[in-house]
Amino acid sequence: MATKKQDMLLKDFMIEAEEIIETVDQSLFSMDAEKRSESGISPNTIHSLFRAIHTLKGTAGMVGLIPVSNLSHRMEDLLDKLRLGKLEFDDSLFDLLTEASDMLRNMLQNYSSPGKKTIDPQPMIQRIDDRLLNKTDSGGKDPLRGGISPDILKTFTEYETFRLQDNQKKGLGIYEMRVHYKLETFDLELVKTLDQIKPYGEVITSLPVTGLSPDAGIMFKIIVASKENLPQLEVEWVGEKIEFSRIGGLPTRTASDSGPANAASFGGASQDENSETVKSVTQTVRVDITKLDALMNIVGELVLNKSVIQQLGRSLMEKNSYSDLNLDFQKALESISRKISELQDNLVQVRMTPVGQIFDRLVRMVRKISRELDKPVNVHISGEETSLDKSMIEAIADPLMHLIRNAIDHGLESKEERLAAGKTESGNLNLRATQKGNNVLIEVEDDGQGIELQAVYQKAIEKNLADPKKEYSPKDLINFIFLPGFSTSKAVTDLSGRGVGLDVVAKNIAKLSGMVNVETDPGRGSKFSITLPITLIIIRALIVEIGQETYAIPLNSVSESLIVAKSDVKSIDQRDVIQLRDQTLPLVRLEELYQKSLSIRREDSIYVIVVGSAEKRIGLIVDDVIGQQEIVIKSLGNILGTLPGIAGACELGNRKTILVLDVAMLIEEVLKKKAVHG
Amino acid sequence: MGKKVLVVEDSSTMRSLIVTTVEDILGFEAVEVKNGIEALKALPTQSFDLIITDINMPNINGLEVVKFVKENPRYKAIPMIIVSTEQGEKEIQKGLALGASEYVTKPFHPDNLKKVIHKVMN
Repeated sequence: MATKKQDMLLKDFMIEAEEIIETVDQSLFSMDAEKRSESGISPNTIHSLFRAIHTLKGTAGMVGLIPVSNLSHRMEDLLDKLRLGKLEFDDSLFDLLTEASDMLRNMLQNYSSPGKKTIDPQPMIQRIDDRLLNKTDSGGKDPLRGGISPDILKTFTEYETFRLQDNQKKGLGIYEMRVHYKLETFDLELVKTLDQIKPYGEVITSLPVTGLSPDAGIMFKIIVASKENLPQLEVEWVGEKIEFSRIGGLPTRTASDSGPANAASFGGASQDENSETVKSVTQTVRVDITKLDALMNIVGELVLNKSVIQQLGRSLMEKNSYSDLNLDFQKALESISRKISELQDNLVQVRMTPVGQIFDRLVRMVRKISRELDKPVNVHISGEETSLDKSMIEAIADPLMHLIRNAIDHGLESKEERLAAGKTESGNLNLRATQKGNNVLIEVEDDGQGIELQAVYQKAIEKNLADPKKEYSPKDLINFIFLPGFSTSKAVTDLSGRGVGLDVVAKNIAKLSGMVNVETDPGRGSKFSITLPITLIIIRALIVEIGQETYAIPLNSVSESLIVAKSDVKSIDQRDVIQLRDQTLPLVRLEELYQKSLSIRREDSIYVIVVGSAEKRIGLIVDDVIGQQEIVIKSLGNILGTLPGIAGACELGNRKTILVLDVAMLIEEVLKKKAVHG
Repeated sequence: MGKKVLVVEDSSTMRSLIVTTVEDILGFEAVEVKNGIEALKALPTQSFDLIITDINMPNINGLEVVKFVKENPRYKAIPMIIVSTEQGEKEIQKGLALGASEYVTKPFHPDNLKKVIHKVMN
């Protein structure tokens, strides 16, 4: 059916478009960095940016996304001038392009989630048009010098022609390298030759020339701009018969007066590892994430089956441990278990994406906000190579963006205030990612004014979230900022005041089985730390029994388990608490939350599982701890999905389905009750 | 008789669109390649009735593919269609000068591509 084809085409397009915008962002980012470097912006970077937008324009038009096509069309016009050297890449152009790229991203996102309003790109197009009109073309092109045959120029694209002129203007020699290849292997060998040339110069194009007879193979003319005397370089070139001739540029220098070490200085083109090769295209496979999800589910089932077989194995061992058959069975079992674990690890690896991907986007946002608010910010990034599950990365982008906005808008002081406080004029923002076992810790830290606890308290009283008669510890106070309806900003600003508070941030992180924590030092700054499991699909869990039910608690949220004497349980405000080192820990029974009948075992001591981290911790009273196990969380769907404190269900090896607790949400639930009841 | 069409295009979306037109609307067989090098590799392996090529591609651009085909006695009878953007007008002119029969500018409607293919093949 045509419509099905259409759907598939649109899906293909969305995948490609997402990658394109990723490339656009990366290129803009590199150009911004290269601009400041000695060698300047590499033509390859501009070109790859141009090509990305060019492709997006064409394909968006084909699938009927005209507004996307129109906007990218104008961006292409701008980039065309840029790559042909008719426009300069300054800060304002960088801003304009990043904003346009953000708009493209939003347009595509809105398009793929029906019901969202469409974005009108017209104002942005107008701004680009203004920019295009502002700049008149910087004069005519330099006439081509040297003896480049018109026959060759016939097949040059406009861009290739420009690169040729640009290199000649810079005084580089233009060489024609004629290389013969065998017909069967020319594709691989040509790519090898091109790779070989790169350290010495810029390949402008390669022209295939028909061989004289079928046995003669195929000959390529490779046009290279180089500072080196290419024919005299001692390189074992790939290819059969190689001839060089100089077809343009200044007289040849000898190889000795500029070694390959200088190669980087011509426009950076030579050293660019990102330049397109056929190799990189064919070594990557693009896969729809849902296919990986399906695969992961199968592996999850395998992991479960493995534990069933392991249990059977253990029973067998107890029965007749030394029979040959049993020993062979154990060996085979061990081997297959190992393979299943490897399969699982590898599949998890496939889904991993470095967090640097969103850091790039965030840094650009910081630059933008800092300019808007006139608060200079130095961003320090570390750990961008830390990997997280692809779906996790996407889901964490918005909460992080929110925290960063907050940090700049509310955390960092104005330039004057900073100087008065004896700080540097520019604020500092640290964005850190570190892997901790099966978790990733992402921190957003600023050296601003910190969070004023007194203001938090006042606000909490105002909003009826706190009890004026009660004393709150600093740790209790700071947790108020995560409650719904809380916001300390005096004036709603354009940046942070979007009707979304930190409660939403906390909730979204909780959805990912993550935790958010805040530390603040008034006058010195604040630090928000997010702990996330690297993947949500298969996790380790603690299996416990509460009442008649069995539950799984994700292990990443368990900080310790205790056996507490009944006599140590105190009651404060009708709530059971225990003293755990310097902290008062509220105790919770799940039955209370779900208003089920209590079936408390009257014994002298109770099991307490401490969940959460730092200040936000509670103790879950459980009747029994069964053990640890790997589980695969499955969503409950919409009906049960609203049950507070339940993340989903999982199957135990014995085909029994149990509920998985959503610890972060449970804690919110408990702290909320605590706050309201006082 | 089934006709065979070589589609040279580096954007996957654009490629599948051209292929859809060629296969579903016209009922021809399409062989898709991602760039000029792959196109040269594919040429000797089977015989094509039509080549549709993009222009802006790395290493070997579409114009070079046109020139190569048109200068080679074995292939030069194969009609060629260039797919390019409106901005690529100069390049389209070069392509036609090198021997391409027709061109289509992106974005195009499948019907338009279909018309051009018909025109070129009859």
